[in-house]
Amino acid sequence: MTGENDSRASEPILRTKDLGRAVNGTRLVEGVTIAIERRQVVAIVGPSGAGKSSLLRLLNRLDEPTSGTVYLDGHDYRELEPQALRRRVGMVMQTANLFPGTVERNIRFGPRQRGEELAEADVEELLARVELAGYARRDVSRLSGGEAQRVSIARTLANSPEVLLLDEPTSSLDAQTEREVEDLMCEIVHGQGLTCLIVTHDIAQAHRLASHALLLQDGRLVGFGPVEEVLDA
Amino acid sequence: MLDQYFEEGLSLGLAQAAITLVAALAVALLARRWEIHLERETLVALVRGLVQVVAVGSILLLVFQGPGWLSVIVLAAMMLAAGGIAARRARGIPGAFWVSLQGIVFGAGTVILLMTWTGVIDSEMQALIPVGSMLIANSMNTGALALDRFRAEVEAHSGQIDAALALGADPAVTVAPYVQESVQAGLIPRVDTLRSLGIVWIPGIMAGMILSGSDPVYAAVYQFAVIAMIYAAAGLTAVATTLLIRFRAFSPAQQLILRPGHEAMAAGETGQVAQ
Repeated sequence: MTGENDSRASEPILRTKDLGRAVNGTRLVEGVTIAIERRQVVAIVGPSGAGKSSLLRLLNRLDEPTSGTVYLDGHDYRELEPQALRRRVGMVMQTANLFPGTVERNIRFGPRQRGEELAEADVEELLARVELAGYARRDVSRLSGGEAQRVSIARTLANSPEVLLLDEPTSSLDAQTEREVEDLMCEIVHGQGLTCLIVTHDIAQAHRLASHALLLQDGRLVGFGPVEEVLDA
Repeated sequence: MLDQYFEEGLSLGLAQAAITLVAALAVALLARRWEIHLERETLVALVRGLVQVVAVGSILLLVFQGPGWLSVIVLAAMMLAAGGIAARRARGIPGAFWVSLQGIVFGAGTVILLMTWTGVIDSEMQALIPVGSMLIANSMNTGALALDRFRAEVEAHSGQIDAALALGADPAVTVAPYVQESVQAGLIPRVDTLRSLGIVWIPGIMAGMILSGSDPVYAAVYQFAVIAMIYAAAGLTAVATTLLIRFRAFSPAQQLILRPGHEAMAAGETGQVAQ
């Protein structure tokens, strides 16, 4: 039993093998093979249309690969139930996409899907982590862009994901709010030792947030390793 | 005036149709003055409508002389055609024909069976086919409206649906608000019909019964029964159609495939697993 646990612990938490996706004959992602270790923070970088967001959507199976697969903790993710997979591999999107109603309703949404009701203290604690303490009863229509994105992050964290996927979460924010949300992400990701993949077009942001970088071009992997090696090469 | 020149029957009917045709064409010609060009469309629609309705009348003439079970075949053919027409309006939705057909068969079929069994609809072909056709046509319109609205809602909210899926939600949960909206949107014309019944308009069956000498009160009550049946059939169709299409909006791997432009289906994103 211990041996099995040991081998599981040494297994990369997320591994892709020849992962690809084509739409109407256009290859969005092609032959990506990578291994992400636990607690690694990886920036996915590349020019517009390089397939960064497409790759991210393949990792929690929001889109279906047309070639290859992903292994989560050593298990082929096609053998996992999609809902369970997506709870383990959480995702924050470019826009907050909050559900109508209160902040609290959004925070409680994920756990409710598996029949769990968060205690009020848990909701407050999650909101405090994204520096929105006291916002629980607020209607989401009255939030600023930065606040909405923070709620979106807290909503994803409410599922206690093992891997966090961030798809340019600051791209729709103004410069000051972008920096605030980035600091917050940095605190959450590094503070809690989360495994994280973040799509960014901002090389400076990749340096600030990530330990590793994954460089894509035309859907293909052209570099993967420590940030300095990949981005300063 | 017409009855002075034509005897009752087909010749009188054709003369009446010709005059209405002229009136409809006059509207199209009048619209030209404001650069609104309806001539071609109006002419084609009128001629097509006339040919179709005369053809149906001729077929019914033959059917009414045949055995009773022929009405089942006629109604089944009408449902098949209605499924096709509703699906054309819902173009781009995967499996729209089968979903529309199943919705219409369930909605209109259930009400026709129940009402014929209870005696609300006379099982004689002369009553069953016209009343049945009304239920089918209204179910078709409601189903198509509901489908169209569902597609629009899902496409407009694909971000929220993706966000909910990413949080581990069941696909049915992610589109539940849009299912409700679509059923309501599909039923709005039927609700309006019920509201305006007798106040704004005297519907066809009632008018026909009064013209043929029936007691106006009985004609009014029976008309209400028909409108209520239409509402029931349309409601069942809207619910069935939207619930059925809900599953087709997602792949077996619970990915949203009903997106603007619907590109995903062509990409083999029907949920099959990459090998």
